[in-house]
Amino acid sequence: MKPLRVTLRSMNVSENVASTNGFAVRADRVSRHYKMGEALIRAVDQISLEIRAGEFLALLGASGSGKSTLLNLIAGLDRPSSGAILAQGRDLAAMSSEELASHRGQTIGIVFQSFQLLPRMTLEENVELPLRLAEVPRVERPARVREALDRVGLGARVKHRPTELSGGEQQRAAIARALVNRPMILLADEPTGNLDTKTGEEIMSLIAEIHRPPSGPGRTIIMVTHERGLAERCADRIVTLSDGAISREERLR
Amino acid sequence: MKVRDLTELAARNLREAVLRNSLTTLGIAVGVASLVALLSLGVGLQQLVNRSVARAGLFDTVSVRRRQNTPFGQPGGGRRTPRDGSDLQPPRALDDAARKEIAALPNVIEVNPEVRFTAEARREPNSQLVLVSGMAPSSQSSGTLDGMTGNFFSGPDAEEAIVQGDMAKRLLEVGKAPTALVGQEITLRFAQRQALPPPSEQAASDAPNQAVGPDEEAMGFSIVPSEKKFRVVGVLPASDSGGGPVGFNNAGLYLPLAVAEKLQVVQGSDLRDVARTSSGVGTRYSALNVRATSPAAVAQIESSIAHLGFAAFSLIDVTRNLRTFFAIFDLFLGIFGSLALAVASLGIINTLVMAILERRREIGVLKALGAANRDVRQLFFAEAGVMGLVGGVFGVLLGWGIGRAIQLGTMVYMKRQGLTSPNIWSVPWWLVLGAIGFAVLVSLVSGIYPASRAARLDPVDALRYE
Repeated sequence: MKPLRVTLRSMNVSENVASTNGFAVRADRVSRHYKMGEALIRAVDQISLEIRAGEFLALLGASGSGKSTLLNLIAGLDRPSSGAILAQGRDLAAMSSEELASHRGQTIGIVFQSFQLLPRMTLEENVELPLRLAEVPRVERPARVREALDRVGLGARVKHRPTELSGGEQQRAAIARALVNRPMILLADEPTGNLDTKTGEEIMSLIAEIHRPPSGPGRTIIMVTHERGLAERCADRIVTLSDGAISREERLR
Repeated sequence: MKVRDLTELAARNLREAVLRNSLTTLGIAVGVASLVALLSLGVGLQQLVNRSVARAGLFDTVSVRRRQNTPFGQPGGGRRTPRDGSDLQPPRALDDAARKEIAALPNVIEVNPEVRFTAEARREPNSQLVLVSGMAPSSQSSGTLDGMTGNFFSGPDAEEAIVQGDMAKRLLEVGKAPTALVGQEITLRFAQRQALPPPSEQAASDAPNQAVGPDEEAMGFSIVPSEKKFRVVGVLPASDSGGGPVGFNNAGLYLPLAVAEKLQVVQGSDLRDVARTSSGVGTRYSALNVRATSPAAVAQIESSIAHLGFAAFSLIDVTRNLRTFFAIFDLFLGIFGSLALAVASLGIINTLVMAILERRREIGVLKALGAANRDVRQLFFAEAGVMGLVGGVFGVLLGWGIGRAIQLGTMVYMKRQGLTSPNIWSVPWWLVLGAIGFAVLVSLVSGIYPASRAARLDPVDALRYE
């Protein structure tokens, strides 16, 4: 069954809601339901959430609580069954698949738990991939790739393939790839889930630095994690999900 | 994504599964090779026939004869009615006036009388009956003398001859090459017309008869044997190798047309003309050969000549049928050749579907990084297109090689049979480009299903795929 698409317009949400008003992401009664056999799974159920521009939000919850599904909806990888999601003021539910692709390529950067680097490409080529997709002129690309890899401390490993790197290095390369198009929002889905504690902390430090760099503007970060300690140390706010709904919200900073 | 990026990514992807993709590309190459090899043979055969027909003057020549009012129709099966079926002029004599009238028709290059007779060619100790034909100066540049040893006539009035190869063989000593006849003299013995003097002078005069003009022939003529020497300037290839003029102008020995006319040799139509009292004055021709500017003009000229009251005959209809035959022949060869390419296209589909399964997660990553469905579709299309292009280029080379091998094999076989091998193989540029283009097109069509399937992949599912 196709998910029911409910857009701002169909919900009679006024157009001015769509303006950013200082929010990077706004979710308005968003649901994502799907059928598994006869059962209706409510992966995300009527969630409303506002994330300020520049905020670091941690989504906490047990497995199956709906946090990754919510992240996929914000990323534009999935569409809500109902409700509206505004990212940088634009309603994702109303976007065509081409517009969603552009949203994924330019407004957001995604970091996955399992890194998702392409093994047959060098780091340089992996990081260049989003630039190719965004049709960034070829002359600009080497500098942009170098800048992104330098930022994560992999400037000397550009010609290495992912299999020649440690897990932490791979995740740093994935972060460089997520940042190379200079997105406003960084989404991280359990970025330390496949790493040991020490390496995980290094990655969290890197993400925290991306959130609030020593110089220049920071980024909005939405991170899914099940490690409360990491979340408390870095995030401005923690939203805990349970059975597809928000069960708790804590503002830390 | 830009075309260059797309091509680079496609080429990279193809290099990753190099064995499988090479085998798929080889399949396309074999398909294209079979197509090219078969069509190159078809085209080669067509060109061989076209060359023979062109050499015979069948494409651009109309043979004109006097129309006969006999209950048995026109000798030689000439066209008796114009193409548009309109009324005909009454039969007319084929004289100088008619020749000028025909020459004035649009799209006519030249009108030459047909002079053909049987004579005895002698070169001691050999002699041989030979069909002699007058050859117009324009034959020099028409390609009818391809392969000739020696030269064309030094002038329109030169007492020189060009001999067909097998005739030359018979006039030479056993074992000598036909070309040895070049530069030698031969004697032609033929039946000459000689005008009868008026009855009053006939009794009084004991002077020998002289060859006279047609005006005097109104009195009638006698037939006397006559001889003349000619120097052989050229020898044509033996007819069994397809050399020399064929068709309308086929003969064993050729003389300059003006010289042949002056010989006043008895023609087949002479006796008939003597029997007729209504023949016009001046030269009367047994037949005229009309050359058209192009084969396309032949039908119209033929029709105009029929309107003038003559029987016109060309083989344009035969050649049209020949072209239709070769079009169908090439079509069938193309269909058989394409069957291998159709099988190869299944290989492309299989390879790309396998690639989707293997690269499912990669497709998910691409989509997560901003690839639109269109980008993914184009990437798979590009991979199919690159395989088609590479397969097409290699296929053309392979087909060219196969064609060459067949040609060489044919040459060896023909040589062993003592025959000259004609060129039965040709790879024109349109076949090269067409085959490569067709390979790319087939590959792209084969890529439609895999590309659409890849583009439709749900990125969330694809990223979860292990």
